[in-house]
Amino acid sequence: MANSENIITVKDLVKKFGHFVANDHLNFEVRKGEIFGFLGANGAGKTTAIRILCGLSYPTSGEVKVGGYDIYSQRNQIKRNIGYMSQKFSLYDDLTVYENIRFYAGIYGLGRKEITTKAAMLIKRLDLEAARDKLIRDIPQGWKQKLAFSVAIIHDPKIVFLDEPTGGVDPITRRQFWNLIYEAARDGITVFVTTHYMDEAEYCDRVTIMVDGKIAALDTPSALKKTYDAANMNGVFLKLARSKPVA
Amino acid sequence: MNNPSIIVRNISRSYGSVKALDDISFEVPKGELFGFIGPDGAGKTTLFRILATLVLPDKGTASVEGFDVIKDFKKIRKILGYMPGRFSLYMDLSVEENLSFYATIFGTTIKENYDLIKDIYRQIEPFKTRKAGKLSGGMKQKLALCCALIHKPAVIFLDEPTTGVDAVSRMEFWEMLRRLKESNITIMVSTPYMDEASLCDRVALIQNGKIMKISRPEEIIADYRYQIWAVRSGRFFELLSDLHAYPGVHSVHAFGQAAHMAFDKSTLSMDDLRKYLFHTGHADVLIEEIRPTIEDCFMELMTTK
Repeated sequence: MANSENIITVKDLVKKFGHFVANDHLNFEVRKGEIFGFLGANGAGKTTAIRILCGLSYPTSGEVKVGGYDIYSQRNQIKRNIGYMSQKFSLYDDLTVYENIRFYAGIYGLGRKEITTKAAMLIKRLDLEAARDKLIRDIPQGWKQKLAFSVAIIHDPKIVFLDEPTGGVDPITRRQFWNLIYEAARDGITVFVTTHYMDEAEYCDRVTIMVDGKIAALDTPSALKKTYDAANMNGVFLKLARSKPVA
Repeated sequence: MNNPSIIVRNISRSYGSVKALDDISFEVPKGELFGFIGPDGAGKTTLFRILATLVLPDKGTASVEGFDVIKDFKKIRKILGYMPGRFSLYMDLSVEENLSFYATIFGTTIKENYDLIKDIYRQIEPFKTRKAGKLSGGMKQKLALCCALIHKPAVIFLDEPTTGVDAVSRMEFWEMLRRLKESNITIMVSTPYMDEASLCDRVALIQNGKIMKISRPEEIIADYRYQIWAVRSGRFFELLSDLHAYPGVHSVHAFGQAAHMAFDKSTLSMDDLRKYLFHTGHADVLIEEIRPTIEDCFMELMTTK
């Protein structure tokens, strides 16, 4: 695969906190337009890596490019070209649906005219006309999740980072959410996603599994299942993450 | 025979215009491992808080080990272990200090009840001088469970102990609960993970403040009225919409690598479906008859309400 098609390249990424090595020589590429699953046990180093990729923390050493920009010298360009959403941090409860959209669109640097057009489009597409002026705290959880995702990509970023976007969500909403992810990928946005639901790992084009700060495996779900002789991704995950001593 | 350990009768509780719990009733016998399965906002935490005597119900009555949650709240607090969703640990105390703190408030010592926690505590004992704030998620969870058990409670409430915890730690946590059951402690646990339902003796499926169903997991599955085929093909997202469009299909949901297609029992033929999928351009089609999962049942109950 040609290098120009890689939207994220990570070479020998190391991140230490004191003596603790959170990311131990990570090497991987994310291809343009793919859905890239980033899995690992708690404390395996996922969040550390995501923070670096989003330009929120410097690596100790290594070479990292996101959307063609250098992680050391072009952090502002990176931030303008990515979207971010997590279960913990998404929308403001005491702002309305419309206010949240305008707020995030503004933060992501859209102009006033563009904000008005985009906001109207988004509200229509999500079928939220009736809820436009309702406070976020008064709308159902499932709508919030979908709105939070749409807001995270309102500026048409090259990449969107989703950190456990479906945690605690009901099973129907969780599936609808993945339809949105697929639509975004079809529109050319690269999706970088973490999850604890192993069935969702199956929906990714390629999956990375981190164990103890290292990348233990990286491949398509079907190749991983073959390599580790497992019936599903849960089996792959248990085999890899269980091979280390329990701490 | 034995009185139930937990009795809940017609409990309702609202926060402003939001009905967190809407006329909930159930009983849990002594020593049962009882699961509350439902997404965020279903009302699980409110129910735990009422039973832990931290929130008053608007309507209804409830008792734990024969004690009324309103009148006898002090007695309930003595016999109850409670592990709230957010960690209940003091992050600037060490592992051992946290444990002895909880033992002291309940007027006991680590030594006195060591037997009950020893299987779990042994796994974190090598780190006993480490501050709780410096533990990994899985270790925090084990320490929190030890702290909730140190006074040898008759009943233990675990509010989403496995949320945000990885698949390996989740499995280990459930193994610990199964072993705890042998001490005849009543365990009430909530979780948003549907696959954990099968690990409980009985479960309540809860959504929007209402219990949709209470039963043994295998009975919930037996009560599911449709037949399910798991269907796979190389083009998964097209497969979902193509199955949706197939005549006689009741519902289609993605389940990892397969789509679960539900339909009225014995009304469809696998050969016909195979032909249809071939004509709509699917290759590598695999169809197999499967038993419904709790998640299939949950989604069915959600959509029929």
